[in-house]
Amino acid sequence: MNESHTTEPIPNALLSQPDFAVPAALAAEADELITHYPVKRSASLMLLHAFQDHFGYISQQAVVWIAARLELAPINIYELVTFYPMFHQKPVGKCHLKICRTLSCALGGAYELHEHFCKKLGLDAKAHGPQTTGDGKYTVEFVECLAGCGTAPVMMCNDTFHEGVSLKKADEILKGRGQ
Amino acid sequence: MPQEHRQILKYVDQPGYTPDIECYLRHSGYEALKKAITLPPKTQADGKTTTGPEQIRQEVMISGLRGRGGAGFPCGLKWSFVDRKSGKPIHLICNADESEPGTFKDKQIIYKDPHQMLEGMIIACYANDAHLAYIYIRGEFVEGAKILARALREARAKNFLGRNILGSGYDLEIHIHRGAGAYICGEETGLIESLEGRRAYPRIKPPYFPAVLGLYLCPTIVNNVETLCAVKHITAMGGAEYAKLGTPNNTGTRIVSISGHVKRPGYYEIEVGKVTIGELIHDPCFGGGLRDGRKLKAIIPGGSSAKIFKAGEKFKLKGNSLLGREAEKEVELLDLPYDFDSIIEAGSMSGSGALIVMDDSTDMVEALSNIAEFYAHESCGQCTPCREGSLWMAKALHRLTHGGGRSTDADYLLRIADNIPGGRTICAFGEACAWPVQSFVGKFKDEFIAKGAADEERRMKPAASPQC
Repeated sequence: MNESHTTEPIPNALLSQPDFAVPAALAAEADELITHYPVKRSASLMLLHAFQDHFGYISQQAVVWIAARLELAPINIYELVTFYPMFHQKPVGKCHLKICRTLSCALGGAYELHEHFCKKLGLDAKAHGPQTTGDGKYTVEFVECLAGCGTAPVMMCNDTFHEGVSLKKADEILKGRGQ
Repeated sequence: MPQEHRQILKYVDQPGYTPDIECYLRHSGYEALKKAITLPPKTQADGKTTTGPEQIRQEVMISGLRGRGGAGFPCGLKWSFVDRKSGKPIHLICNADESEPGTFKDKQIIYKDPHQMLEGMIIACYANDAHLAYIYIRGEFVEGAKILARALREARAKNFLGRNILGSGYDLEIHIHRGAGAYICGEETGLIESLEGRRAYPRIKPPYFPAVLGLYLCPTIVNNVETLCAVKHITAMGGAEYAKLGTPNNTGTRIVSISGHVKRPGYYEIEVGKVTIGELIHDPCFGGGLRDGRKLKAIIPGGSSAKIFKAGEKFKLKGNSLLGREAEKEVELLDLPYDFDSIIEAGSMSGSGALIVMDDSTDMVEALSNIAEFYAHESCGQCTPCREGSLWMAKALHRLTHGGGRSTDADYLLRIADNIPGGRTICAFGEACAWPVQSFVGKFKDEFIAKGAADEERRMKPAASPQC
């Protein structure tokens, strides 16, 4: 492996994570995922998912680690983090609310739902991109079609789908979350 | 009386039907695979012998099955393009990246009947001599990926997967690959790039036809979830029997996702072409009609990329007269059969089978702005006409919906949209982002002009009480 791969990555917007340490179980999971493919590079998305599940976001150190494991340059991983919307470049709230904004959900009241969450949490409903509350508990974000158009509006709270989300149901989702 | 014909969704939603293998086996699961894998070689009339896999491929060809992902390309033909002489391994990918706005059919299969999809996939792999296959599932289906992982473990434990499947000597491994929120991964060459660990930039064709130069530059088949389920049923019932379902050249059943302003949005499996658009919207078996007191304004027949139809539109369709000469007949929108060919003839497409219904409360400018924002967000950025065009269309629509419109915006939008598709981009995303704009503005132009003109007028008026 080229030595330059392990040095500081290209200048980028990612956060530095000084206490970055990969537990043995995560490393083992990564190595197992790599065996699924005849070419190591193919595992990059799955590794990024595994790291994000563990750390909550993708840091500079995570990019370097994954790149080294896959025998790639850090840029090969960094360009994926900036391309694929699901990867976070900084930590998100404990409760990550993703509200579908695309046509069928918009017809079904997605914008009202998004505004409701923003109001409740003191966020700006007109702002672009994900927003996190000051206490780091909640992140609210509009996302594109979540494939639940028949039960609009739909949303996700972390990994869980919620369908037909009325404002009342929205309040129930918030209750007990992000504590 | 129009009705559902549930074949793929036969057991889904039945009380007590669970996604585990025991339940699937109780409902004659994996019987089609057992049949497929034990097919003996057959001697044809001309003395040639066809192997079991060849016979399955023939059955799929005879069935007339057309891809359920969006393009409606005949599946048997797609398989026939696979380069079997290259000496390279053949790969198969199940496209479970369902993300066309309006579509939610594959999700039902993945979440509620994953083994049906796996069985179809294993049969398709066997028929095409693939030994390594992937399920490319969209990242947001976190639970779906877990369900599929469990289904794969169960299938492996029963030897429907892995080494020497059911003693046949055939080996197959299937892995799950999760996407990460990019719509363009549904495009098959973009999907392949993503599976190779890169940004999902679609590849240019030629030369990168997946059937010849696909995953790892090996011959590759990419099939939609629903298409693979149909393969299972074709194997079980025979291609000719399957072709009796539906209408000529539009065979079998397909799942229609109905959303928007109807009383009963949801997924409905129909014989292709046996149900009209009007029945899908109004029949109590399907959409159940519009909300009370509302009138139909428009529909999108095949996911947000498909061109919109205006209520009351009439189309001239070619019908064959008894003399064999082509006779044209006029068909109203609501009488248009929901199939592949009629909707193409009417100027749109049935795409991924997603019907989005809009009633007279819908602001067409707002609706198009919503769609345009989607495409501006999802363009991969590789080709200039698409990257720039989708963005500028979204910007113009943003100002039209935020009080900054101009009466010339309608023509401005059309001028951009007309310059994106038609071979100027690597993949069909160029068409997908231009078609909604061309059709919305084309068919509801007065609304777009009026909105822009109203904004202009407001700006011209001096403010009633100046703030400063």
